[in-house]
Amino acid sequence: MPFNILVLTCVTYVALLFLVAFVAERRAGIGRARWLRSPAVYTLSLSVYCTAWTFYGAVGYAARSGLEFLTIYLGPTLVFIGWWWVLRKLVRIGRKQRVTSIADLISSRFGKSNLLGVIVTLLSVVAMTPYIALQLQSVTQSFGVFASGTPEGWALPNRDATAIWVAAGLALFSILFGTRKLDAKEQHHGVVTAIAVEAVVKLVALLAVGGFVVWGLADGPSDIFRRITESPISDWELQPDRWFGLMFVSAAAVISLPRMFHVMVVEGGDESHLGRASWAFPAYLMLMSLFIVPIAVVGLERMPSSANPDMFVLTLPLQEGQGALAMLAFLGGFSSATSMVIVEAIALATMVSNHVVMPVWLRLRPDVAMTGDVRGVVLMARRVSIIAILALGYGYYRMSGGSTALASIGLIAFVGAAQVLPAMLGGIFWRGASRFGAGLGLLMGLIVWAYTLFLPSFGDDGVIPAHVFALGPFGIGWLRPQALFGVSGMDPLVHAIVWSMVLNASAFALGSIFSFPGPVERMQGAAFVNVFDEDQTGPQGWARGKAEPETLLMMAGRILGEEPALGFFEAEARRQGKAGFLPDATPEFVELLERRLAGSVGAATAHAMISQIVGRAAVTVEELMAVANETAQIMEYSARLEAQQDELTRTARQLREANEKLTQLSIQKDAFLSQISHELRTPMTSIRAFSEILTEGDLPPGMVAQYGRIIHDEAIRLTRLLDDLLDLSVLENGTVQLNLGLANIQTLLDKALAAAGSTKPERVFTIIRDLPSENLFVRTDADRLLQVFINLISNARKYCDSDSPELKITVRQRAGRVSVDFIDNGKGIPKESQAIIFEKFARLSDQSRAGGAGLGLAICREVMANLGGSVSYLPGQGGAAFRATLPLRLDRKLA
Amino acid sequence: MSHVLLIEDEPNIAEAIRFILTRDGWSVSTLQDGAAAMAAVHDQKPDIVILDLMLPGRSGLEIVESLRADPATHGLPVLMLTAKGAGREREAAERAGVSQFMTKPFSNADILASVRALAGR
Amino acid sequence: MARRVPLFLKRRSYRRRRLRDAARLLPVFGAFFFLLPVLWSPGESPAPDTASDGLYLFVVWFLLILAAAALAPGLDGGADDDGTEP
Repeated sequence: MPFNILVLTCVTYVALLFLVAFVAERRAGIGRARWLRSPAVYTLSLSVYCTAWTFYGAVGYAARSGLEFLTIYLGPTLVFIGWWWVLRKLVRIGRKQRVTSIADLISSRFGKSNLLGVIVTLLSVVAMTPYIALQLQSVTQSFGVFASGTPEGWALPNRDATAIWVAAGLALFSILFGTRKLDAKEQHHGVVTAIAVEAVVKLVALLAVGGFVVWGLADGPSDIFRRITESPISDWELQPDRWFGLMFVSAAAVISLPRMFHVMVVEGGDESHLGRASWAFPAYLMLMSLFIVPIAVVGLERMPSSANPDMFVLTLPLQEGQGALAMLAFLGGFSSATSMVIVEAIALATMVSNHVVMPVWLRLRPDVAMTGDVRGVVLMARRVSIIAILALGYGYYRMSGGSTALASIGLIAFVGAAQVLPAMLGGIFWRGASRFGAGLGLLMGLIVWAYTLFLPSFGDDGVIPAHVFALGPFGIGWLRPQALFGVSGMDPLVHAIVWSMVLNASAFALGSIFSFPGPVERMQGAAFVNVFDEDQTGPQGWARGKAEPETLLMMAGRILGEEPALGFFEAEARRQGKAGFLPDATPEFVELLERRLAGSVGAATAHAMISQIVGRAAVTVEELMAVANETAQIMEYSARLEAQQDELTRTARQLREANEKLTQLSIQKDAFLSQISHELRTPMTSIRAFSEILTEGDLPPGMVAQYGRIIHDEAIRLTRLLDDLLDLSVLENGTVQLNLGLANIQTLLDKALAAAGSTKPERVFTIIRDLPSENLFVRTDADRLLQVFINLISNARKYCDSDSPELKITVRQRAGRVSVDFIDNGKGIPKESQAIIFEKFARLSDQSRAGGAGLGLAICREVMANLGGSVSYLPGQGGAAFRATLPLRLDRKLA
Repeated sequence: MSHVLLIEDEPNIAEAIRFILTRDGWSVSTLQDGAAAMAAVHDQKPDIVILDLMLPGRSGLEIVESLRADPATHGLPVLMLTAKGAGREREAAERAGVSQFMTKPFSNADILASVRALAGR
Repeated sequence: MARRVPLFLKRRSYRRRRLRDAARLLPVFGAFFFLLPVLWSPGESPAPDTASDGLYLFVVWFLLILAAAALAPGLDGGADDDGTEP
């Protein structure tokens, strides 16, 4: 097959994936993506377990060691059909604690310790780099297969160049679809869908090759059965230690590989999906392994003995002249490799950015949590991490020369990933597991794994000199890498599994037993282990009432983005029974906010950032007692007391606020009468005085005209005031007549800006608008809405006290509602006044310098209520900011 | 010719009073802001001050208190105008030492009569 | 947690509890059957038995998947006494 066609097919396929990912992302963006979160897609996304190692390597594995390859799929099968034990709990914890990666899980469980996060990240990056290299290698190899041995005869231009193109393409894909949004919980629809498509492609490809082998080259199942018995594969004898060890390590890997954890817990996170996957994923694995042995057997029969069995899936159809089938197989292998690399890169990049880059960055510049663009930094860190991880993989590929059999690299990575298992399982089932123990266990596992398996994999004299293998370091015989403590009769892989897991688990257990965990750690421990207890009102880690909600909002905005942060705060405020955007900073709320932030930057970083505002993670004496006492009753009792106390405090605060408002209102009521008298009498005075003067009748005509005009103006002023009062009373009684029709927001804003221009026309005002987003048709009363717009814009013109005043108008559409924000760059409105500005005659400066009677915002509020929407003050925007919200379509019966 | 200092922030009302008094032979100067009131009094040495209660800068009551506290202007006649309801404001004004209190709207004849009376003409 | 749990459950809840027990046992059975070939080898018969071993493993595998598929629908959706471990 010509090289050009091969490349063209590849590029077309990748373009198709891009399209799928793009469409999925778009549909998810407009909320029409329920099927994207279906159990089927979830199960298919789990298939990132089957990498190129499965697709190509399993056949080679079977050719070398018979049925042993099955252990790699039997282990995960046991884990999934036993999902009720472990997976369910992991997924529930992942959702509740908004876990972003396996490193985050460990760090969060053990007291939000960033050190543990760093250890797990390091372990994962080291273990996964060869694995990623392996994928690059297999893609390059499969290119090479097409290059040689075809009649067309072309040579692969350059292996390294191929690998680097593949790596760069994958980096691009991961960055485009993996680092768009920050919150790991609502992200990556595009990637997941593309992975699901690739899962189908690789299954279909492998089944097609298998079917061809069984029914095309052999005479059906019974013939294959006979051929297996006659083939050299049958000489293989099951080695009990490897059989058991590999099944164990693959079962461990399926939950602790970063990419598996990512698709299973971080991206997925629904227990009902897990129920379906519990049998569907094993079925997928079974189908993937069904034809491995037949392909290996027929390949051994037909291919020259020099052929690499790792490439039989590809070379067998090619040799039989099945070009199309070979192409399909090639795409299958390509899918396996790319999906693995993409997910692995995203998972590792999340770890690196959350546990290495962010903490360092926060340490260097502690003030940025409030002022800097945290979001941008995190996203940039992820992007750079993805590139770095792929560069590492490529570097390893170049360095190792890509010669080792696929299976051995995969197994080394599995054993490395499995080192997280003791800390993870201990963490979710054992309250006594402590940070010290987990750290000790992880380090021990990492060291033993590196010493007995990873470093020896570079070969004699690779990293460890040959004499160390033979005699041990410094001649200490019982420290030989592959015969630790004199255990020399073992298979090196099993040897490494046994020693690393035993030493890891023992260090973890002993370290936990002999250390005393801190308060945050114990709380997290309880939250993780008892995750299934409903309505956990455990002790909170935050002292009450120290944080200003507005400060918290500003910080949340820097991480989550302005809109989601405002939405979150508004929802929480409503839950507390408050209007507006600022909930009370109760411990529950701060806790919730921390978890929400943890979904973006990881638990440890989120905790550190919140502490900067709230103060240290203050635990009260009672709470410590509750933890120390450990009995569930006392915990619950104290939790209930605390909840009651919180309730009381909140009610008291609400009462106080209500009282404050009432007092204010009563003062305003008095002021109102006096005010209305003033407002009516002032124009009346001029009218009366001048009409008397005119009656006397001996004035020059010029003065008559001038005084007549004054009387006229004052009469109009009087009329306007009466109009406003009448308007307000009609609006308040809800008897207003609305003229519903279609109106364009952009047109309305144009009109409003023109009309409001006469307010203080001498001021130069910069208006910032985004015209395309304004081009929106709403069904409402256009005149009424215009009235509100004019009012809000005039207010900005009147009161914005900046030297170069600016007004930013932002229009957004979300879930059938339109919001229009008017944000100026002035001083804004002080917090204590924000509650009363919508009241009648609530002019903030008591003088009528602006000429109005103080009814404008009160009217706006009533108009918006009549239009089925609202107008409210947006705190924390820098200047005075108002948001008018209204439904896209106003029904008459609502009106 | 006697001099009247008129401190009133509504330009139309100020114009009406100015016209009425000027026609009657008074010299009238007007001021819109309360803050400059004391300086203007010392400067112009008016025979009568007409003062609005609600002024930007400094309220009418405060100005009266300052006038009464200053020996130079201790006896200066002050006519206070207000558009607010009477009651409390009138009491406060009288306590502060206003010579006469008048609510808006007023008849032109009344204001002329009051000014004449206060000036002792 | 001092929540009162009745000593005897209604029939439906009782069924669900036992279903969960079955779900917990399933991987244990699976592990036993997957590890069984360890005990056969090297095997009494001198003839190579890789093919039949493979067939055996796939049959066990298939039955486990069927069992898991039969159990799964009954397990989720039980919100009544979710997660109260005995």
